[in-house]
Amino acid sequence: MPELRNYTMNFGPQHPAAHGVLRLVLEMEGEVVQRADPHIGLLHRATEKLAESKPYNHSIGYMDRLDYVSMMCNEHVYVLAIEKLVGLEVPVRAQYIRVMFDEITRILNHLLWLGAHALDIGAMTVFLYAFREREDLMDCYEAVSGARMHATYYRPGGVHRDLPAQMPKYAESRWHDKKDVARLNRARTGSLLDFIEDFTQRFPGCVDEYETLLTENRIWKQRTVDIGIVSPERALQLGFTGPMLRGSGVEWDLRRKQPYEVYEHLDFQVPVGVNGDCYDRYLVRIEEMRQSNEIIRQCVDWLRAHPGPVMVDNHKISPPARTQMKMGMEELIHHFKLFTEGYCLPQGEVYCAIEHPKGEMGIYLVSDGANKPYRLKIRAPGFAHLAALDEMSRGHMLADVVAIIGTQDIVFGEIDR
Amino acid sequence: MIDWWQSLVAPFPPLLLTMAYMLVFILVLFACVAYATLAERRVLGFMQVRLGPNRVGPRGLGQPIADALKLMFKEMILPHDADRFLFRTAPLLSMAPAIAAWAVIPFSEHLNFADINAGLLYILAMTSLGVYGVIVAGWASNSKYALLGSLRSAAQIVAYEIAMGFALVGVLMASGSLNLGDIVMEQQGSIFNWYWLPLFPLFLTYLIAGIAETNRAPFDVVEGESEIVAGFHVEYSGMGFAMFFLAEYANIILISALTALLFLGGWLSPLEGIVPASVFHLPVIGALLGSGAHWFVAKTCFFIFCFLWFRATFPRYRYDQIMRLGWKVLLPVTLVWIVVEGVFLYLQLPPWFD
Repeated sequence: MPELRNYTMNFGPQHPAAHGVLRLVLEMEGEVVQRADPHIGLLHRATEKLAESKPYNHSIGYMDRLDYVSMMCNEHVYVLAIEKLVGLEVPVRAQYIRVMFDEITRILNHLLWLGAHALDIGAMTVFLYAFREREDLMDCYEAVSGARMHATYYRPGGVHRDLPAQMPKYAESRWHDKKDVARLNRARTGSLLDFIEDFTQRFPGCVDEYETLLTENRIWKQRTVDIGIVSPERALQLGFTGPMLRGSGVEWDLRRKQPYEVYEHLDFQVPVGVNGDCYDRYLVRIEEMRQSNEIIRQCVDWLRAHPGPVMVDNHKISPPARTQMKMGMEELIHHFKLFTEGYCLPQGEVYCAIEHPKGEMGIYLVSDGANKPYRLKIRAPGFAHLAALDEMSRGHMLADVVAIIGTQDIVFGEIDR
Repeated sequence: MIDWWQSLVAPFPPLLLTMAYMLVFILVLFACVAYATLAERRVLGFMQVRLGPNRVGPRGLGQPIADALKLMFKEMILPHDADRFLFRTAPLLSMAPAIAAWAVIPFSEHLNFADINAGLLYILAMTSLGVYGVIVAGWASNSKYALLGSLRSAAQIVAYEIAMGFALVGVLMASGSLNLGDIVMEQQGSIFNWYWLPLFPLFLTYLIAGIAETNRAPFDVVEGESEIVAGFHVEYSGMGFAMFFLAEYANIILISALTALLFLGGWLSPLEGIVPASVFHLPVIGALLGSGAHWFVAKTCFFIFCFLWFRATFPRYRYDQIMRLGWKVLLPVTLVWIVVEGVFLYLQLPPWFD
């Protein structure tokens, strides 16, 4: 009689539920997973090493491509680290813009997570509903930076430019008739802030729509309740952050615990779960979307009432306006220096972290006084979460592994860096 | 019209005629299946606030033909170390029963191929044969995903075949016949005489078991897109894949048609017993409102739409949860209702069982 063996299955890297390039070697007994062995490195692009050979500003765009579904948040932590090392005071308006776009990014990220998670569990419609709203937020990205995803909008010292006074509009075409265009342009007649405000008014209704499809659905509950339970103690030991930690009932949010930018002036709640299972993490993220929506609304109100500069006036860091550069010698020299060798940071090291949609995103920056970092270390939240995949999925069934990958909100851009 | 037709075909031998009818019917069935795929994509598109295929031909109506042509010209790849014979046989095994089952389906009182007395048994036999195609495909592919898919399929079909069988026993008890035509005729009277009302739990059970039998969402663990990629047919390409696809949709239409026949009065008009009988004798309106194949088609389409609707709405069950639903919920429900029905029948309880 042949010896009984466990069944080894290769899950990914090409797999519909692998969220990119996750390669998972599953040791299975029938349908039950005995061991899950995640492999990393298939999307390694040496971001940290690349940053060592480039002037500081050149790496902002690379940060976008770390966690490629929450682009501006990655930029944010990078520019914050530089500002902290220089000791730069950023204009308040720029801080509000950054916070607003951080929260827009959080909604973007959570919408993608919700869609992908639901799709993994088999509810395909939520995915398309989520992408409908993502489209509007992408338009905000585009209006402000010209790029729909990899914006490179934040700069050390503020943001690249002020919010535009008008939104781009749809034009009639073969695919959009007059009625379509009127519907699509309804919210686009005013400024970007008008568009965002309109979005914040619509969005709670959209979240309700996702919830009707999932929250009370029996199948959804059967698939997520009591799956991948992590106790609060264990979550802390495993280095969980963000919704993964809050889902286990630990109230830890860097926006509250070590407020950066203007979060201390904003009114929002931090939702926490109770059981630490997939369902609680789902509820936490849904509530976070609603809270982010509230934060955006507050930012819009503030930004309307307080015009002002969005970039520091220190031309050692930020480039002078183009007209000034054409007129003045001093500005021309600044411009030339900034766009050839960049700026030098004082010698020293700094760690800076923000509450990224996925958890604590940190940058550890060592400078030897040159115009590029001596060493840049990125602390990606997903890395610690993925490391816990084995523990979370052991003893569960194959279909639950998919649910757990979904609940961890894995994006390989940040894990492999 | 019928006389004219019969005088036209009279010179031909009956065997040849039957063959010709069958050929025509199979072609029509294939066309229906092809357009069911288009209907699915358009309905899902509508439910998911997007367009769906609308580029090939007017309103996308050429899409199924384009798909079929593409699949026909694709290479059928034989995986390494696959069982060559079984790998090629499996699509046929899954396709043939799905078509053969149609032989006993009556479209109206006189419109059917085989008016056999064991029609219901024949249907049961054919629908359960389909699973062999799935199992053989999973085994022959020499792939772990496919094997897992076919294992799931085997377990699932056994569980739901039983619930389905018991639901059919209920119908059999109520109608006293295995002949599908007789079952429909037993439901005559009005919309409230159709078996959906007196056999309501069995109706629901049958519908759910039917969805599970055809491996459709939310019971599509056999394919399990996000878990085992495409399950049993992950290694198939070209026509092999197309045949599994055809079989799946032929089964969907079949199950919908059966639900319409067994529980919704087949070709009977829902207006019977509501509008005065004289209306049915009016020249055109009477034919339209009265019983006929068009009502059967309409009811079938309604159930096909339900299949798509469920797919757009529900998340997927986990494999063991499907098993639990089948064995611990549906099976007891059918058993209890068969006993209750038996008591009703014994007592000849009005209004349905007298």
